[in-house]
Amino acid sequence: MTRLLLNPWLLFAAGVLLVPQAVTNQYYFTLLNIIGIHTILVVGLNLLMGYAGQISLGHAAFFGLGAYTSGILTAAGVVNPWLALLLGLVVSGSAAFLIGIPVLKLRGYYLAMATLGFGVIIFIVLVQGHRFTGGPSGLHGIPSLSLGGFPLDTPFRLYFLVWTCVGLLLAFSANLVDSRVGRALRALHDSETAAQSLAVHTARLKLQIFVLSALYASLAGSLYAHTLNFIAPSSFDIMFSIKLVTMVVVGGMASIWGSLLGAATLTVLPEFLAFFQEFEVVIYGAILMVVMIFLPRGLVRGLMDLWERRHRLTEGGTTPG
Amino acid sequence: MVGDNRRRPPLSCRRRPYLRPGPEGHAITVDNFGPLLQYLVSGLTNGAIYALIALGFGIIYNATTIINFAQGEMVMLGALCAISLYQLYPSLPLAFVGGVALVTVAGLLLERLALRPARDVSPITLIIITVGGAVFIKGLAMSFWGKEAYTLPPFSGSTPLHLGPATMMPQNLWVLGVGALVVALLEAFFRLTLAGKAMRACAYNQRAARLVGIPASRMVQFSFGLSAALGAAGGILIAPLTLGVYDMGTMLGLKGFCAAILGGLGSSLGGVLGGLLLGVAESLASGLISSGYRDAVAFFILLVVLFWRPQGLVGGRG
Repeated sequence: MTRLLLNPWLLFAAGVLLVPQAVTNQYYFTLLNIIGIHTILVVGLNLLMGYAGQISLGHAAFFGLGAYTSGILTAAGVVNPWLALLLGLVVSGSAAFLIGIPVLKLRGYYLAMATLGFGVIIFIVLVQGHRFTGGPSGLHGIPSLSLGGFPLDTPFRLYFLVWTCVGLLLAFSANLVDSRVGRALRALHDSETAAQSLAVHTARLKLQIFVLSALYASLAGSLYAHTLNFIAPSSFDIMFSIKLVTMVVVGGMASIWGSLLGAATLTVLPEFLAFFQEFEVVIYGAILMVVMIFLPRGLVRGLMDLWERRHRLTEGGTTPG
Repeated sequence: MVGDNRRRPPLSCRRRPYLRPGPEGHAITVDNFGPLLQYLVSGLTNGAIYALIALGFGIIYNATTIINFAQGEMVMLGALCAISLYQLYPSLPLAFVGGVALVTVAGLLLERLALRPARDVSPITLIIITVGGAVFIKGLAMSFWGKEAYTLPPFSGSTPLHLGPATMMPQNLWVLGVGALVVALLEAFFRLTLAGKAMRACAYNQRAARLVGIPASRMVQFSFGLSAALGAAGGILIAPLTLGVYDMGTMLGLKGFCAAILGGLGSSLGGVLGGLLLGVAESLASGLISSGYRDAVAFFILLVVLFWRPQGLVGGRG
């Protein structure tokens, strides 16, 4: 019975269903939706950073590509929002594929710089392409999603869609990292040469995981556009990419549940702490440095490890009986 | 961030027009040889700065195989420190030396406090640490200097010089001249002094260098100080032309890296060539195509180079 209650998936589902009972304010639902969207982004980035040992410093660009593809196509009213979401995935996935081919053959630094550069280019395009993107002042009038005729036009209604996506993607990611691919990724993380000698096609694997994390980001972007009904380039700048990296680092590298914690912590704190807002940039920098110097596996990861080990112990105690 | 339109400096201190030269969309004919020359001048000026930053990247890369993402912030710190020193005591030579000295200390501190204590030395950890350092320095600069742009007077007046059909500021010559001088001094240091030779030995083979008694960890620290100093010099040289702002570093750092990759990471000749080439390419593209996408040119070149010739034009150790 305790084993059943401690199952993280049940806890997650119960949490998602119980929160609406306690929360009534629509503002908190918006915040929860943003946490969910950030979680999707962070899980995707964590697959790349924590498991494959590669880094993207331009993840906001894929987030932006998804958001703007959805935004531009649906604000003009030419395309069904769900189709626009799929097109966003195609755009982001192809972009990641095209950048990934040249840079993933090289060592980590190149991917970091190339993604940083890509992030800058996309940001410039969003600002400069007034005709389509609305320029620096943003894109207005993005319609809400609807599901089978039922409009998801309030934060409360959208909450269930966002968190269903979060749950599915968390489950998919957890399964992925426990599969053959996950083991290959960890081998790649520890030693690329050793992984190659075990017949892991490392370049292709890195590319696949990079594209996958871009797809997560794009989906998050489309949801974001339909959540706020308004997007502006400033949400997709380099600083946002660095915030995402900080969320991964706080949640813990190679930790699926840590991604949720990292995203939630760093989304909620600035909302309630004024000093955090004021010194946001300094704080993010300090977190990145201090955590990576002393706990290279991430802040919450240590605690998660401990909890998982205890959980496994109780599991081991009950199965023989 | 780049292109952030929320922060608009008053008209009087907007960036001066000759860095974004000329009207757009010129066709190349004999008649507008003038604008072309103009683009070349401003391109070489910016390129010299990129070259200094690229050399900084190369020095640290050779000593440690780390890419220091905080390199651009050293440029920003150099410019802003020199400006503040100049406001305290109006002497440009003192401001220059003082700015470079302060930033050198910052570079040494970064190595000492953030990179040496790191327990894990995989690339991803080191990337995140230096990115964190960059963001931290930038945030501190924003708290200390605010978001406004500061001016530094040109080193020798602002009477334009005429070079055929093109005009240039004396500061352009200062940038090119001091840039060349710094590169020559650096080369002499690496070729002629014992410390320079020791650093080259470390870059070539760290273990062998240690075996013959070279203190490798001191050389690593030294490389951080030296590259911070180079970045600071670049920042102070360019400050009279572009103004000093807390967020100028990210972009310059990225372009310096592009220059380093273009020439071949770790090669000094490559860094200089890469920087000048990138500066001119960028200036021509912004003049002839569109100035709005000026900053995108560098990254386009970066991606193309990574695709076709990742070892760079001259062939470094990347």
